Amino acid sequence: MKSAVNSKSRRKSRSSTPGDLVLRSLSFFYVFLLIVLPLIAISSRAFSGGLEGLWRNIVSPQALYSLKLTFIVALVMVVVNVVTGTATAWVLVRYDFPLKNLMNALIDLPFAIPTVVTGIMLVALYGPNGLIGGLFGRHGIEIMYAKPGIVLALLYVSFPFVVRTVQPVMIELDKDMEEAASTLGARPLVIFRRVVLPSLTPAILTGAALSFSRAIGEFGSIAIVSGNIPYKTQVASVYIYGELESYNPQGALGMSMVLLICSFLILILLNRLQVWNRRHEHAD
Amino acid sequence: MGRMLLTACVIGWFLLLILFPVFGVVKEAFQGGIGAFVSNLKEASAVRSFLLTFWITLGTVVLNTVFGTILAVTLAKQRFRGKLIMEGLVDLPFAVSPVVAGFMFILLFGPNGWIGSWFEAGGIKIVYAFPGMLLATLFVTFPFVAREIIPVLKEFGLQQEEAAYVLGASRWQTFWKVTLPSIKWGLVYGITLTTARSIGEFGAVLVVSGSIINRTQTATLFIHQEFTDFNYSGAFSAAVVLALISFGILVFMQKVYGGKRRS
Repeated sequence: MKSAVNSKSRRKSRSSTPGDLVLRSLSFFYVFLLIVLPLIAISSRAFSGGLEGLWRNIVSPQALYSLKLTFIVALVMVVVNVVTGTATAWVLVRYDFPLKNLMNALIDLPFAIPTVVTGIMLVALYGPNGLIGGLFGRHGIEIMYAKPGIVLALLYVSFPFVVRTVQPVMIELDKDMEEAASTLGARPLVIFRRVVLPSLTPAILTGAALSFSRAIGEFGSIAIVSGNIPYKTQVASVYIYGELESYNPQGALGMSMVLLICSFLILILLNRLQVWNRRHEHAD
Repeated sequence: MGRMLLTACVIGWFLLLILFPVFGVVKEAFQGGIGAFVSNLKEASAVRSFLLTFWITLGTVVLNTVFGTILAVTLAKQRFRGKLIMEGLVDLPFAVSPVVAGFMFILLFGPNGWIGSWFEAGGIKIVYAFPGMLLATLFVTFPFVAREIIPVLKEFGLQQEEAAYVLGASRWQTFWKVTLPSIKWGLVYGITLTTARSIGEFGAVLVVSGSIINRTQTATLFIHQEFTDFNYSGAFSAAVVLALISFGILVFMQKVYGGKRRS
């Protein structure tokens, strides 16, 4: 009995036990079936008609417009989200005010709420018949079924990303340097820019990349909020859905490949940022 | 002074962007009184859509918990060729647009797809039916469980498990008595995230479902359908129910997060 146990643990440290192999095979099977095979299926279909056909799909005027719109609204959202997200994290970490804990808990709400419900909620408030939307409408400003509505929806669904990546770094921040700068006569804004911001940069960039990644793929909230008008409010994901709805999978392939390649690039970028982040932590 | 101004701005932004829309939809849903709200939800297609969401969520949670745990144990405890690539692939579903995800599954499991045509020959429909919707939901929630427990498993190390081995415990006993208690909170957190996302998934499920009323319509698809049919009160009512469920999940998540940090 004892020798059997010994040989078991010895084998474990050197090579794989049969149990290990079973677990590994099951893992390979699951990843292969759910992730690798679908990727191979879409890539092989995309390139089966040759690069030229694929390219023609991507540069068709409607596709190009929706791609451009997707990137522009995503960039606008990221800029706003970085500013408001960092400010929110700052206020939550550094200041005290009534109901702070409740607000901190509710930051994650956008992750819990289904994207379609997000769209519906925004229409209920900011739509032409909504409380706030009606107010703007009387002054001729359209929010829903227009570009501002798309940015608003993206801001909603990606709100927690920047807050939740910056917050933990801010909590760990050493206040000594800020106090030293303050004693030397630096003004608060200068301290923030020169002392605080450099330590937060990797976290802010990570939050920005996560938001951007979410934004270029977002579908549910935009499908409700944008009205999906070609050459006006149609984004990439909605364009793909439109092509599928009109039984034109060929048209959907080009745009899908563009989005997939963007996803891969962002994943690589996030990986680099993580390495940078870790180095930052060790340097402190 | 600057401090108060900044706090006021942040709270104002939070209210306008995140909270007021919630109140907005609740107000709209109850515009016709509670009776109208309830009768909207009692409609047969509404009830069926919520039931379908329930079954898809249940299937997703069970399968992704079992396979997610297996995957996490494999990635955390074993060394093998291609492991880095596999770790990267696990994260991929978070970065892929749900519509693209659904499209990939149509290409693979559709009537003309590599796997789909094979099942079709045996008379089994995958896409535009329950199995396809389940597969799409499995894809979008794929990383949650594994991502939550991999760090715990790595930190936990091999020592306690090896101690159990040496004392004569079987592999299975070791898992139940030693490994599982240590990953408990991470696992519950991962399952909660999986549940929330399964209930709320829309794009991927829409693409693979064909959205056949009463047959392949989940709660989110029902809301979308009502909205595009200009039946706003139906859409608002169902949206309020899903929002309530989300609130419940959020409260639960906070509790679990507290437990996770304590351990």
